[in-house]
Amino acid sequence: MKARITITLKPGVLDPQGKAIEGALHALGFGSAGNVRQGKYIEVEVAEKDPGRARAEVERMCKELLANTIIENYAYELEAA
Amino acid sequence: MKAAVIVFPGSNCDRDAAVALEAATGRPPAMVWHGDAELPQSDLIVLPGGFSYGDYLRSGAMAAHSPVMREVIKRAKAGTPVLGICNGFQVLTEARLLPGVLMRNATLKFICKDVHLRVERTDTSFTGRYDKGQVVKFAIAHKDGCYFADDETLARLEGGGRVAFRYCDPQGNVAPEANPNGSRRNIAGIYNETGTVLGLMPHPERLADPALSGTDGAKMFKGLVESLAA
Repeated sequence: MKARITITLKPGVLDPQGKAIEGALHALGFGSAGNVRQGKYIEVEVAEKDPGRARAEVERMCKELLANTIIENYAYELEAA
Repeated sequence: MKAAVIVFPGSNCDRDAAVALEAATGRPPAMVWHGDAELPQSDLIVLPGGFSYGDYLRSGAMAAHSPVMREVIKRAKAGTPVLGICNGFQVLTEARLLPGVLMRNATLKFICKDVHLRVERTDTSFTGRYDKGQVVKFAIAHKDGCYFADDETLARLEGGGRVAFRYCDPQGNVAPEANPNGSRRNIAGIYNETGTVLGLMPHPERLADPALSGTDGAKMFKGLVESLAA
């Protein structure tokens, strides 16, 4: 199965890169842009056909390496590879 | 005192650390490659500065899971002193030997300069040669040095006297203007619960010889020798 994993900073964690992006959007005239937060997107193919087991595997990958849960949240979708 | 320096792919201060250690101990430290599962018996383990694994994913995240780190974590938990400098500090937080995380500098810039630090504690193996509240000059060179921990963790650190160094001005005032990277409470370095694991962003080994325009850093290594050889 294939996992599409999104990692985002927890609310309240300082995101200077998001702020810089927001500033650049404003400079380009996108005055409507606000609260820009930057994150990561990771795709992983898991050699596992059972969705339950694949989910458990991805969950562990996120907790042990892909996200630092002190500052980041993660979410994922699974689909047939 | 027998020291070991762990070398990761992308470490670039491992040799500087080795020079400073040899000057203090009189013998070269063991240089241990990250892929080694075996670590020689050591009185001190140093995780050096650099950009292990190119800072991929997060600074220190990959190195924290290298084969040798399993042994480092085991020794640290058994009480062997561990010193993590710059990238080494990042590795220690990613390995959960120290709480919190080092994030992108608030300025988004790589900062390379000398900074002043206030020594918060002198009763650990690392700081025996310093006076409490003393202002020392170390060098910083990092882009991901903004220390972040939630309020609860900060309270626990402060309550346990686990803040090792804070960024300050030359007079020792811990002021917002003296904070180079946005670290919470001007924190430059912290200890684990037992004071045997120290992580700090500034580089003591970079100001450990008069030829480098400062020797404040050498006192950390000399203090370690005195405390650990005893």
